[in-house]
Amino acid sequence: MSFPLLTVTAAVPAVGAVLTAAVPAARRTAAKWLALLFSLATLALAVLVAVRFEPGGARYQLTESHAWIADFGVRYELGVDGIGVALIALTALLIPFVIGAGWNDADPLETSSSRWRPTQGFFALILMVEAMVIISFEATDVFLFYIFFEAMLIPMYFLIGGFGDRAHAGSDENAAAQRSYAAVKFLLYNLVGGLIMLAAVIGLYVVAGNFSLQEITAARAAGTLDMATNTERLLFLGFFFAFAVKAPLWPLHTWLPNAMGEATAPVAVLITAVVDKVGTFAMLRFCLGLFPEASKWATPAILVLALISIVYGALVAVGQRDIKRLVAYASISHFGFIIMGIFAMTSQGQSGATLYMVNHGISTAALMLVAGFLISRRGSRLIADYGGVQKVAPVLAGTFLIGGLATLSLPGLAPFVSEFLVLVGTFARYPVIGIIATIGIVLAALYTLVLYQRTMTGPVKAEVSGMHDLRLREVLVVAPLIVLLIGLGVYPKPLTQIVNPAVEHTMSDVHEKDPKPQVAVEAKNGEAAK
Amino acid sequence: MENLIGLLIAAPLLGAAVLLLGGRRLDKAGHWLGTLFAAASFGIGVALFTDMLGRGAEDRTLHEKLYTWIPVEGFQADVAFQLDQLSMTFVLLISGVGTLIHIYSIGYMEHDERRRRFFGYLNLFLAAMLLLVLADNYLLLYVGWEGVGLASYLLIGFWQHKPSAATAAKKAFLVNRVGDMGLSIAIMLLFTTFGTFAFGPVFASVGNATEGKLTAIALMLLLAACGKSAQVPLQSWLGDAMEGPTPVSALIHAATMVTAGVYLIVRSAAVFNGAPDAQLVVTVVGAVTLIFGAIVGCAKDDIKKALAGSTMSQIGYMILAAGLGPVGYVFAIMHLVTHGFFKAGLFLGAGSVMHGMNDEVDMRKYGALRKFMPVTFVTFGLGYLAIIGFPGLSGFFSKDMIIEAAFAKGGTQGWILGGVALLGAGITAFYMTRVMLLTFFGEKRWQPDAQGHEPHPHESPSSMTIPMIILAFGSVFAGAFFEIGERFLKWLEPVTGYEHGNSPVSAMAVTASTMVVLVVGVALAWSMYGRRPVPVVAPRGSLLTRAARRDLYQDDFNHVVLVRGGEHLTRSLVYLDHSLVDGVVNGTAAAVGGASGRLRKLQNGYARSYAVSMFGGTAILVAATLLMRAV
Amino acid sequence: MNPVNYLYLAALLFTIGAAGVLIRKNAIVLFMCVELMLNACNLAFVAFSRMHGNLDGQIIAFFTMVVAAAEVVVGLAIIVSMFRTRHSASVDDASLMKL
Repeated sequence: MSFPLLTVTAAVPAVGAVLTAAVPAARRTAAKWLALLFSLATLALAVLVAVRFEPGGARYQLTESHAWIADFGVRYELGVDGIGVALIALTALLIPFVIGAGWNDADPLETSSSRWRPTQGFFALILMVEAMVIISFEATDVFLFYIFFEAMLIPMYFLIGGFGDRAHAGSDENAAAQRSYAAVKFLLYNLVGGLIMLAAVIGLYVVAGNFSLQEITAARAAGTLDMATNTERLLFLGFFFAFAVKAPLWPLHTWLPNAMGEATAPVAVLITAVVDKVGTFAMLRFCLGLFPEASKWATPAILVLALISIVYGALVAVGQRDIKRLVAYASISHFGFIIMGIFAMTSQGQSGATLYMVNHGISTAALMLVAGFLISRRGSRLIADYGGVQKVAPVLAGTFLIGGLATLSLPGLAPFVSEFLVLVGTFARYPVIGIIATIGIVLAALYTLVLYQRTMTGPVKAEVSGMHDLRLREVLVVAPLIVLLIGLGVYPKPLTQIVNPAVEHTMSDVHEKDPKPQVAVEAKNGEAAK
Repeated sequence: MENLIGLLIAAPLLGAAVLLLGGRRLDKAGHWLGTLFAAASFGIGVALFTDMLGRGAEDRTLHEKLYTWIPVEGFQADVAFQLDQLSMTFVLLISGVGTLIHIYSIGYMEHDERRRRFFGYLNLFLAAMLLLVLADNYLLLYVGWEGVGLASYLLIGFWQHKPSAATAAKKAFLVNRVGDMGLSIAIMLLFTTFGTFAFGPVFASVGNATEGKLTAIALMLLLAACGKSAQVPLQSWLGDAMEGPTPVSALIHAATMVTAGVYLIVRSAAVFNGAPDAQLVVTVVGAVTLIFGAIVGCAKDDIKKALAGSTMSQIGYMILAAGLGPVGYVFAIMHLVTHGFFKAGLFLGAGSVMHGMNDEVDMRKYGALRKFMPVTFVTFGLGYLAIIGFPGLSGFFSKDMIIEAAFAKGGTQGWILGGVALLGAGITAFYMTRVMLLTFFGEKRWQPDAQGHEPHPHESPSSMTIPMIILAFGSVFAGAFFEIGERFLKWLEPVTGYEHGNSPVSAMAVTASTMVVLVVGVALAWSMYGRRPVPVVAPRGSLLTRAARRDLYQDDFNHVVLVRGGEHLTRSLVYLDHSLVDGVVNGTAAAVGGASGRLRKLQNGYARSYAVSMFGGTAILVAATLLMRAV
Repeated sequence: MNPVNYLYLAALLFTIGAAGVLIRKNAIVLFMCVELMLNACNLAFVAFSRMHGNLDGQIIAFFTMVVAAAEVVVGLAIIVSMFRTRHSASVDDASLMKL
């Protein structure tokens, strides 16, 4: 038997979580380093996965398969395609930055003397989330996926509810109430989605007789597994609802601003850059693969919802007064783009959507983490409390601007590539929707630049005047993200190379082909046209 | 030689990276480094130019493909460059004027503590602008297009501590983004129509596409051009952009970046040639902006804003010429180059004046400066003569050609466009004479400021005057140099194509009437501002003057319709998000809570009532079982 | 004798017990009524055992007795401690464990 690389990749952070949690209360710093070490080990394993993955090879690679609950045909089946590799790499990449950025966020207050060990718990929970997210990206058994899709709610719940942002406008009591409201809202939304999905999972078992994604997809493609039209649509909706809550798609989005606003900045990054990606990833892998016909049936409605998300998210972001909520609404707008790309049913759209997941992860992380550094200095999340930061902390302002420019998809930075692919892919099939979505480009510039102008420029406010510029730890966290943003913007080929074959498979799952150019292209000066 | 094309962009890009990442230790040498990188780019440009001259007119185009940028099924975007005569013209203009302005800025920004960063941004601009003109496909052009937008944003808002500068920068970026929307839609249309957006294949196969498609693409490109080149209806940002340091206004908002729209249209000549309706729209936009900018320029008392109005108007000329098709492409570019010289020179002159006047921009507080700043006066004066089209100077040739070409459009359209262009020449003469008179002639009108500091006008250091002198040379001789033997025409014709227009009016008549309106314009300005003393506080003025001072109410319109409307929209959406979308969710939660509150009442704590419910339940179960049996 | 008569008796005893549980307040009486119901069941089990001719019912009856005995031990202890604290054996007084 070959080395179970995928299992190990998911197991390492889980082991790290247990060990971190077991560190004694006094050895707080050791717990931090231990967590960082394990997240870096996971990153190394993820890189190994990416290296071992052959873009031209079989659809699912590095597969593992063991019987698990034999009576119900549940198997422990893992395997990755290009999309999975890209997202595992993203997750493994971001967690060290999340840990680095949250280095001091969970230190116990000096006034508290409880024997509780918040620091250990914080980092253990982050690693636990990482393990669960990675295994959801790897699972090719629907039931196995479902378990971890749901289980990651538990550590997330504690991360949101237990470790709030210390920069809160109101009293401590008020802060705690808001925090627990946000955590409960997050949990309930996702549980409802999950329960509906559970019903659909059971329904799928009744129809198909097993849970294996590969088998069902193959049977669907070969036509040996027929589903009644209505059954397929209902099952599709059951799956899609859960993923749309997690993604989140308008109008199921309102948990995100609360959760991201109340959580600490690193946890907010964890939510939007990592955990939410499981939703969009699952749309691409499960919705399209298992229910191709129903996906096509639902496409118009989903595209319209995605379009509403794009424009609505951006407009509401413009009206926010809280920095973190603004980023959250911007993310809703971006998730609209991702979902639009997935359901445009073109290679460009789906490749773009996959790249978008990765790029949005990196760009939001950059923006949100810098915003977190900013907020921790002044102790307020309100935009109006800042002004003129650029003068006192130019490096902070500069990195914030680059994060913002990435959010507005400036060409040359990574998000531009993916956003343009999504737009082109959508436009090729649905020109009107594509054109309306470009309004998102203008609105993104609006909310980003307004945010930058109000916080960073203008006369220096008295409360801001003593602000430190970024410290070494903070620079170390942000600089690699910025390098990645520029690198993937200028040279996205390493990513497109592993994603393209997977997208081709997905396109053939749904029996779709790209629209052809409308006119013949002439060869120029005797050169052969492509 | 192909390999040098990449270096052309790489040099200033490297400069930007070094200067922006270098930190404080480069503060002392930063400006020299920045200038060096810009000059290196110019040097490479000259080398490529001489190489190009050495080859025949037909194989002057160079291609260089660096690598495949975005390889996705059915979608190929390359990082590849194309250097032909059109790009070459721009390369020399951008890197040449760019280098001069780097030198100028050494003196101008001497006392600014963030000078190193300023030079970094300038280098970044050069790299982006060169990328824009060298790209061989629309997507890469888009990267340069937004890159110059970013550089422009950073430089307009360079003095970020001034809220007005930060707002102006944001406004410029946003308005440009509206234009960018047009460019991205155009690229998407090109992709769905042709399956590619590289210049070569697209231009070779425009014949296969329907006119409707081409018109749509052309109009979207025009929208992009309007944003970048400050044409009506996306013109409002240019005046505010004058918040940036003056060298920025000279380089970006006069000589190079704002002309990118003209480049885009001329570059896409093949598309526009296939879409006559779109071409008509282009000429209309050009004609309207030409008059609009000129009127605004007449009323502004801020020297830079008056020049900005003039820039808008002159680009209107170029857009008008570009809209005329093969008759006008060459002249659009020719005017662009000569405008690059004299407008950059004028802005640098204005900067020099401000430098000597404690950054005062109100022309009503200048006066008689010719005695204090002789070099500035002479160079500014030569630029002035060039822009109004004084015979023999460069503006004379390039503008005359455009007016002639406009008449050659033929029919009523030709008369209207030609007439507008002619009228514009008259207004240009008026407002430029006004600037000249207010600044350099008459009595001194400056007074001590609130702190009692009186400006001591003085000539600027040589690092500032030398670029001004060089640009003045260009303003004087470039036109004649281009025109003798139709050098410029022969140079560009292989790329843009040319056909001689048959004007209903003879060339002599056009020149003569241009001279007449010129004299009228100058005379009118002299009678208003030269003959009698100028009041320091602006008089109320006529209705038109007041409208022009407020940029013909464009900002008020934007404010009421877009800003206010947008604020209402976002505010109501935020409210709805909270009360409706979230309200439904919270309402469901409240309903569930309420229902369980009712149900809770059943748990009254009395053991016997629980017993009753148990017995009742059992009884029902038994009854049900018996009933099922019976059935 | 007809074993069905034992079943009638068991039903009668069970009804008395049930009625007692529903009507009476005193914990001791309640407790006795519960025992009455249990024993009614035992009687029914034994009668069925006799009728069907196997021993299953009788075995169950033994189980019931053991469980009933254990229940008496715990139940009486609760009632005694309740009486000690409240000086009353009324079950209606012990209604505090509601939400």
